[in-house]
Amino acid sequence: MASLLSDKKETMRDIFGETILQLSKEDEKVYVVDGDLANSTKIDGVALKNPDKFLQMGIAEQNMLSVCSGLATTGLQPWAVTFAAFLSKRAIDQIQVQIAQPNLNVNMIGAYSGLLTGLTGKTHQSLEDIAIFRTLANMTVLAPADSTEVKKMMEFAHQFDGPVYMRLARDPYPVIFEDDYEFEIGKAVSLKEGTDVTIISTGTQTSRSIEAAESLEKEGLSVAVLHMPTIKPLDKKAIVKAAEKTGVIVTAEEHSIYGGLGSAVAEVLVEEKPVPMLRVGVKDRNTESAPNEALLEDFEVSAAHIAKAVKEVVKRK
Amino acid sequence: MTLSSEDLINKARLARRYVIETVHHAGAGHLGGPLSAIDLLTYLYFKEMNIDPKNPRNENRDRFVLSKGHSAIGLYSVLALRGYLPVEELKTFDAINSRLQAHPDLNALPGLDMSTGSLGQGISAAVGMALGAKLQNKAFRTYCIVGDGESQEGQVWEAADVASKYRLDNFVAILDYNKLQQFGWNGENGRRKIPVEAPENRWRAFGWHVISIDGHNFEEIEAAFKEAREVKDRPTIIIANTVKGKGVSFMENAYLWHSRVPTNEELANAIKELCVEG
Repeated sequence: MASLLSDKKETMRDIFGETILQLSKEDEKVYVVDGDLANSTKIDGVALKNPDKFLQMGIAEQNMLSVCSGLATTGLQPWAVTFAAFLSKRAIDQIQVQIAQPNLNVNMIGAYSGLLTGLTGKTHQSLEDIAIFRTLANMTVLAPADSTEVKKMMEFAHQFDGPVYMRLARDPYPVIFEDDYEFEIGKAVSLKEGTDVTIISTGTQTSRSIEAAESLEKEGLSVAVLHMPTIKPLDKKAIVKAAEKTGVIVTAEEHSIYGGLGSAVAEVLVEEKPVPMLRVGVKDRNTESAPNEALLEDFEVSAAHIAKAVKEVVKRK
Repeated sequence: MTLSSEDLINKARLARRYVIETVHHAGAGHLGGPLSAIDLLTYLYFKEMNIDPKNPRNENRDRFVLSKGHSAIGLYSVLALRGYLPVEELKTFDAINSRLQAHPDLNALPGLDMSTGSLGQGISAAVGMALGAKLQNKAFRTYCIVGDGESQEGQVWEAADVASKYRLDNFVAILDYNKLQQFGWNGENGRRKIPVEAPENRWRAFGWHVISIDGHNFEEIEAAFKEAREVKDRPTIIIANTVKGKGVSFMENAYLWHSRVPTNEELANAIKELCVEG
């Protein structure tokens, strides 16, 4: 059976950069707001090719997000782009008071989310952003699995009137979705059917979950993969349905096990359909700088660790 | 609006009365800060800004942000006087489901241009509004009252920097320089104070046009706003020297009145001092 993961790999931030340049040319209301990371986050194309639509706020994220709030009140649609760690931790009070609570049309892009941020270590890794953003009323929280989904989510965010947070990855990932994929807000995507167990994954862990599911299939386990591109609002029905169908659940995310997708799924299951579940994510530890493979291994979030969790949870049936 | 200084003085007196009565009625709220900012707010809403209480969301209106959101009751009192809300509604201040939240809530009350209350943020949002006007070639101007205590927040200076870089000559910040905050630092003779001296130098260093005035003198306030309109290529800050608790002798310059609720007797004495019919 052919893998759901194509051999083609693409980088989310590259696609983001190309798409935002296009949007900034097509829509006079779209402005791209930088915190002096444009050449990392790939919004430098806007600065070079459409400079009138590029606003440099310098290395000052608190002011950057509050300025976006003010811009939005004048009818513009600012896209604030910086590293997920700074967006979610340095500017969160500004985002809550001046963007989320007033429900303003600001799109916030956390580039360099998760653990794999290119040898930058704990100050630049972002393992709390999902947890933080999903506590804010009015906030939409998105985590794309590949570059196709990045583009589709951007089209959604461009049309949507309200605050959106989207987390991106730094490095290339296999393309999962074809160009005709339709992203729907608040809807889970069933990538693979299965009867023994469901892996519910988000963001970059969706491709590692597919990898785990396909290898377990060879060992005779029937593993479903349910991709959760929208963490808020969460597709509760799909979660309950998966629990009813397979009886056990594993969650997978490149995020802390506290407060992220795993917690969100557990909240739903405990209230609606309690079944055994295990969460794959970064446990209660400080992270560090190291090559990607070493980080995935050491912090127990590789495809092999997802497979291990699946085997363990099946025993609890 | 053509109003004489005497008219403005009378309006400001009435607004001060509303502030004190409301805080007394709600049993909570700030007094010192709102009273120091009342004359500035009165001038802005009755003379300076291009606004229409009947059309509070007009996209071409001038914008106002109260960055020192703790003085919300001062703003609500002036908005009530100006016709944005019934004066009677001030009695709902801090009550459940009230449009008059302890700190301004953009969505609650038409006429508010930004939610504030977490200090240091309002001026940045106001910078965003002024920048939005420039980007869209709109003629509206943006005004923002900043607290001197609030200026201890680093974000104020991030905003000052960006406003200067984008040459926002459609933006006027007003520093309510009352020289007291909630508790502050030790001063002489047992007084409390803020540590900032000569804010003029700081703002000038950030590339702003700086005007210093007596923030309770309407002739000086008027001259400052007129001067600001003539400034090109940079933002203006009006350093308004004010008195915390202005208008009521026993509240003036006393940090304890930052957020104290007056007794019935204190309320009566305050109103007597203000000499104003309700």
